[in-house]
Amino acid sequence: MIDTNILKHSPLEAAHIRCGARMVEFGGWYMPVQYSGIIDEHRAVRTSAGMFDISHMGEVLVTGPEALPWLERLLTNRVGKLAVGRGQYTLMLDEQGGVIDDLIIYRTAVDAFFLVINAACRDLDLKWLTAHLTGIAAVKLEDLGDKYAAIAIQGPNSEKLLGKLYPSFEVPRRNGIGVLPDISHFDVPAFVARTGYTGEDGFELFVSASQVEELWSELLAEGAKPCGLGARDTLRLEMGYPLNGSDLSVKHTPLEANLGKYVALSDPEKCDFLGRHVLEVQRSSGINTLLSPLKLSVKGPPLRSHYPVLSNGVVVAETSSGALSPSLGEGIALAYLPFPLSAVGTQLEIEVRGRRYPASVSVLPFYKPERALNSHL
Amino acid sequence: MKIVPNIHYTKSHEWFSSEGETVTVGITDHAQEELTDIVYVEPPGVGSEVKAGVAAAIVESVKAASDIYSPLSGTVTEINGEIVSNPALLNTDPFGTGWIYKMKPSSPVDYGNFLTDEGYRSHIAR
Repeated sequence: MIDTNILKHSPLEAAHIRCGARMVEFGGWYMPVQYSGIIDEHRAVRTSAGMFDISHMGEVLVTGPEALPWLERLLTNRVGKLAVGRGQYTLMLDEQGGVIDDLIIYRTAVDAFFLVINAACRDLDLKWLTAHLTGIAAVKLEDLGDKYAAIAIQGPNSEKLLGKLYPSFEVPRRNGIGVLPDISHFDVPAFVARTGYTGEDGFELFVSASQVEELWSELLAEGAKPCGLGARDTLRLEMGYPLNGSDLSVKHTPLEANLGKYVALSDPEKCDFLGRHVLEVQRSSGINTLLSPLKLSVKGPPLRSHYPVLSNGVVVAETSSGALSPSLGEGIALAYLPFPLSAVGTQLEIEVRGRRYPASVSVLPFYKPERALNSHL
Repeated sequence: MKIVPNIHYTKSHEWFSSEGETVTVGITDHAQEELTDIVYVEPPGVGSEVKAGVAAAIVESVKAASDIYSPLSGTVTEINGEIVSNPALLNTDPFGTGWIYKMKPSSPVDYGNFLTDEGYRSHIAR
């Protein structure tokens, strides 16, 4: 049994129960893992539109005249490249170059940045950010995690669906963010970002916790299918998007996690950010391990995390994530492979309950959505 | 949720039915509901020995793998090949076409060790 007393609760919990959710613990939260079924929900997102409660995600607002240079030192991507109303995927590293968290940063005004961080990392991230704020007066850091709730609408019909709710709202372009004007009388502005974690077109709506249930009901009435964390996981894995805590940790740098394009090492405008020196060394001397996509070559059991990966009968890695891809019907996984074994097509084996199944290094994404990719990146 | 009469149930949510010397084993409707979308089944091998209360098969949903415990000891005589290619049969027809294996018990079956449909109903209501 789950001891729900020690967990954080979404303001949508009652709505989930009404929708027939099965609830689980995730990142310290009590969240829906599924409603109608993971495969059904997964398909709804790939073919029409699904909605996810992402209220467990943390929201942090950073403002002030020094906000930009301060964030530039703490994040790997070049924050200064962001125009107002734009977002980017980025990473926060420790001094050794290890990944503390991956996040999306949106520039909501010249001197205002809205950060969306992982649920399980909220406390750690805030501690880290606060610790690096010492002596800097011109930056204001606000943890808005409790004020905000959030819903992700994902799938090819997302724009149509959002249009029904807010016909006069000019939707942002991919990776952009806008403010919903008609509900600005709440305690926090309602942000609509065209980002997500599924590879499909879609939006993430960050709204006041006090208005989220009404939004959920409206979306439900317009036909958005409630989707849980189960489908969120299979959808993100089909795209090869890493999950912090499984595929990312302080034990690996973003270069090892195959996220080099979100690290502005080659950008002459980028300053000396935390962890940079380790990445510079890795860039010149090479990496020993690389987070790589693996695909089973035969029909087999669903892949999961912590399954041994073998080369010539010797265990060389273990999977960090795995699934039976609902879109492809094939076993897919991610694993930190020794660099020499990470070339596409390399033949390996994955062991499941003592039995070995042939697999090979594949390419990302495992599944290409039909519409133009709306990456979370 | 469906519970069918005239078959035998375990507390771990398997069922079996006897026909002459042959026993057919499967999982209950309640079990498949709990497991959710079943995407993979690994039945025991034909001719293998299974032991009462010991894992004989593995059923995997999108989220998790679960052991299926043999209600009886004996020899597996047949497996349901249909569920290997179409594991969703365990969701749609767990008491029928979604059966898992047939076996020959090694000793006479003591039905008193198992639950009736009524007994199983109150077991899962608890």
